[in-house]
Amino acid sequence: MTRGLSSLGIYLPRRRLARQAIADALAWRMQSAAARGERAYGNWDEDALTMAVEAGRVALRSQADVTGVTFASTTHPFLDRSNAGLVAEALGLPAALSTQDVGGSQRAATSALRALLEGHAPATLLVAADRRATKPGSVQESSYGDGAVAAVVGDTATLAEYLGGYSENIDLVDHYRSAGHEYDYALEERWVRTEAWGVFVRRAVQGLLTQIGLAPDDVARVVLPAPKAVADSVLRTLGLSHATLADAFYDRVGDTGVAHPMLMLAGALDAVATGDVVLLIGFGQGVDALAFRAGAACSGQPVTPLSAALGSGVTDRAYVRFLSHAGALELDWGMRSERDARTAHSAHYRKHTVLNGFTGGRCTACGTVQFPPAPACVNPDCRAFAPQTAIRLADIPATVKTYTEDWLAYSPAPPLVYGNVAFEGGGNAFIEFTDVDPGEVSVGAHLTFAFRIKDVDRARGFHRYFWKATLRRS
Amino acid sequence: MATGIRDKVAIVGMGCSRFGERWDQGPDDLMVEAFGEALKDAGIERDRIEAAWLGVFYQEQSTSKSGLPLSMALRLPNVPVTRVENLCATGTEALRGAVYAVASGAVDIALAMGVEKLKDTGFGGLPERPKGTFEDLWQPGFTPPGAFAQLGAAYAARHGLSIDELRRAMAHVSVKSHANAVDNPKAHLRNRITVDQVLNAPMVAFPLGVFDCCGVSDGAACAIVTTPEIAASLGKRDHVTVKALQLAPSNGAEMGHASWDGSYTPTTRLAAQRAYREAGLSDPARQLGLIEVHDCFSVTELVVMEDLGLSAPGRAPADILDGRYDRDGAIPCQTDGGLKCFGHPVGASGLRMAYEIYTQLLGRAGTRQIGAPSIGLSHNLGGIPNRNVASIAIFGLNQV
Repeated sequence: MTRGLSSLGIYLPRRRLARQAIADALAWRMQSAAARGERAYGNWDEDALTMAVEAGRVALRSQADVTGVTFASTTHPFLDRSNAGLVAEALGLPAALSTQDVGGSQRAATSALRALLEGHAPATLLVAADRRATKPGSVQESSYGDGAVAAVVGDTATLAEYLGGYSENIDLVDHYRSAGHEYDYALEERWVRTEAWGVFVRRAVQGLLTQIGLAPDDVARVVLPAPKAVADSVLRTLGLSHATLADAFYDRVGDTGVAHPMLMLAGALDAVATGDVVLLIGFGQGVDALAFRAGAACSGQPVTPLSAALGSGVTDRAYVRFLSHAGALELDWGMRSERDARTAHSAHYRKHTVLNGFTGGRCTACGTVQFPPAPACVNPDCRAFAPQTAIRLADIPATVKTYTEDWLAYSPAPPLVYGNVAFEGGGNAFIEFTDVDPGEVSVGAHLTFAFRIKDVDRARGFHRYFWKATLRRS
Repeated sequence: MATGIRDKVAIVGMGCSRFGERWDQGPDDLMVEAFGEALKDAGIERDRIEAAWLGVFYQEQSTSKSGLPLSMALRLPNVPVTRVENLCATGTEALRGAVYAVASGAVDIALAMGVEKLKDTGFGGLPERPKGTFEDLWQPGFTPPGAFAQLGAAYAARHGLSIDELRRAMAHVSVKSHANAVDNPKAHLRNRITVDQVLNAPMVAFPLGVFDCCGVSDGAACAIVTTPEIAASLGKRDHVTVKALQLAPSNGAEMGHASWDGSYTPTTRLAAQRAYREAGLSDPARQLGLIEVHDCFSVTELVVMEDLGLSAPGRAPADILDGRYDRDGAIPCQTDGGLKCFGHPVGASGLRMAYEIYTQLLGRAGTRQIGAPSIGLSHNLGGIPNRNVASIAIFGLNQV
C-alpha cells in the first residue's frame, strides 16, 4: 500500500532578528566577522504549541480528515499535560482522536514520521515545532530559529511517497539539555562532524540506499539538517553532488530544532519534480534516514506553503526585545503585571471547546452567531432561551469595529492592542490583538485569528491560551 | 400603576470630603468627613437615621465587604446598613437604595454613603482586578482608558471625522473641566491647562492622552434623604427633591451583537429616556440647568452629550467647541470639575455629582455658582462602553 505525505503546513513567527543586531550588541565582548542573515523568533505569547497549531491549521486546509495528532518537540510547554491534545482541540478536531507527544531528541519528528509511515493509520497529523531558549551571547542564540511544520501522513502521497527508512541509535552526546535546565550545552562541532556525521550518518544513508535498491546518482535532493560545511563534507563522502543539498534556510530562519528536517523537506519538495527521490535525514543520538519519491503534486515549482511562511517575516534589529520575548531578560513590567492569573480549571473545563477551539454559538431561534455561547440569545430582538449550535470562529475572517493601543495595560509587548471585532456572517467579540505594531490597526481592517498564550500564572507555573486577532497581511 | 419616584423624596443634607491623594486618611476618615458636613446640613442627630446604604467598589483596596465599614465608621446605632456595588454607578446605586426606602414608607430618614480609597493601590491608575473565573480566560486584559478609548475610533469612523479633529473637541472637554475646578476648593486637580498641553501629552490609550483621563482620587460623599413633609418640618424652606432615578445595565448586546458599532452608549440613551419621562421633562435641553456626566475620559463626555439627547447625532464635537457645555454655555456641564478634576473615587462619584447639583440648586456654589438653576441631571457610566451600567438621576429645586 502506498504511504506518504499529502499536505504540509508551515509556520514561522513574524519577527526575524538580524544576526548583525546580536553581533552589534555583543561587539564589546567579542570581535566577530559580519553576521549573516536573520533568525525567526516568536512573540512573547508564542511557544512550540502555538506554532504547532498554526502549522497544523495550514496543513489541514487541504486535508482536514485526520484520526490522530502527533506532536514532536523538545520544548513542549507541558511535561505532564497532553500538548498534542491541546493542539488537537485548538485545531477543532473531534474528541475521537489518537494523540501523542514525542520528544527527547532532535530526531523526534523524523522518528515519529517513520513510525507513522510504517503504520496503518489512514491520515495522521504530525506537527513538529521547537522554540529553544538560548543563552545570550551563545552560538545557538544566533544559529537557532523558532518555527513549526505539520504534515498529514497516511495513505495519500500526493506530495511524497515513502520508499523506506533506516535508523540507528548511538549515544553520542553532541549537545544535551538536562531536565530542569533551560539551555542546551553544546560540544565542539569538529568532533561531531567527524565522528557522527562523517561516520554514522554516512552509514545510514548507504544502508538506506542499499535497502531500497537505489544508487547515489538516483537521489535528487538530500535533507541534511547540519551546518553547511558539515553537510558538504557528508555529501562528498557519499559521492553525492552539492547540487542535491536541500536549502537549510539559515539566512532566513535559523535551525528550528525538531521541526528543521521537515522544514527543509518542504523546501526540497518545492524544488523537485514528480518521481524525483528525496532523502530526509534526522540527526540526534543516532540517525533516521527516510527516502521519498516526489508525488504527483511536485512540478519543480513551489507546492508547499513554505514561500508564504518565509515571506511573512519582518526584519527586526531590537535585540533587547528578542531577549525579553525569549524569556532571557526579565524587564520590570510594573505592579500591573502582578495581577493574579490563577485559572479555575473546572471553569476552564466547562468551556474548553469554547476557549480552545474558539467556538461560538448560533441561536436556533434566530440564527444569530455569538461569542461566547450563552443560555439566552444576545440578539436584542430575540433573547430566546433557545439551544445554540456550535460554530468555530477561529477560521472565520473578521473586521475591526473599534480598537485601542493601550500603553497603560500590562503586556510583555506593549502597547496592548484590543478591540471589538465583527466576524463575517455574524458574531462579535471583544478580543486581544497580537503581532500588530502601533499605527497598523484601523476601523474596518481585516483580521484573522491565532491561538496564543493569553496569561501567565507565575505563582503556579501555569499559562493559559486563547485566540487573538491579528491583521490579515496577505 | 407605578408612578415613579418624582418628588417623593427630599434631600435634606449632603456632604462631600475633599477629593484627592488623601495619603493621611483612610476610608473611615473620609466617610466621617463627608458625614459630618451632611449631618450639620440636615440639622439632625445621627440617631435619627433609620437605615443606610454604603456604596464602595474596590472593597479589596479599602473597606472590605458588607455594610459593616459604614456602620462601624459612623458608630451607627445598629440600624440596617446595606452595601451596594454597581461599578461606577455605585454611588448613585446607594442613593437609589436610600431614596426607595424612604419612598416605600419603611423608614423616615435614610443615609446614602459612597466612598473609595484608591491611593493605597501602590501604582497610578485604577487597581487591577480579576473579572471572574470565565471572563478572564478570554477577555482582553484591558484598562479603563483602553476600554473607553474604543469609543474614539468608532465615533470618528461613524461620523467621518479624523482622529485629530475628534481629539481637538476632546481637548476642549478637559480644558473646560480644569477651568471649572479652579473654583472648587474640594477638587483634586485645580490647575488650568491648554488645548496644546492636552494634544501633546503622552498617549495612555489611543486616542486618549494623559489629559483625556480623569483623576484617580480618594474621597467620600453622602446624602441624607427623607420625605418632603419631614424636610419641611426640619425647617427646610427650599429643598431639593429627587425627580428621577434610573438605571440601565447592558444585557450583552454591545459586546456581542452587530447592532452596536462602538460609537455610543445605548444604556445611557435608555436610562435618559426613562429618567426624562419619570421627571416629566419634555424638553430636557432647555429644562436642564446643569449636568454632571461621567467624564471618566474626555471622549465619554463627548459621546454622552448625544446619548443624553442634548446634542444632535454627530454634533457633539461642534457643540463642545462652541462652548455649549462650558460654565457660561447653554447647558453647563461639570461645573465642579467633573470626574476629570474633582476626582473619581469610584463609589463616591455618583453622590459627588448629586452634591454639586444640590449645591448649585440651593445657590451655595460660591464663585462657581452658575445663576439660579432649578433642575440638574447626573449620569454615571459604570463598567466599560461595551458592557456597562448607566445611571441617571434628576434633581429639582422645590421652592416653598
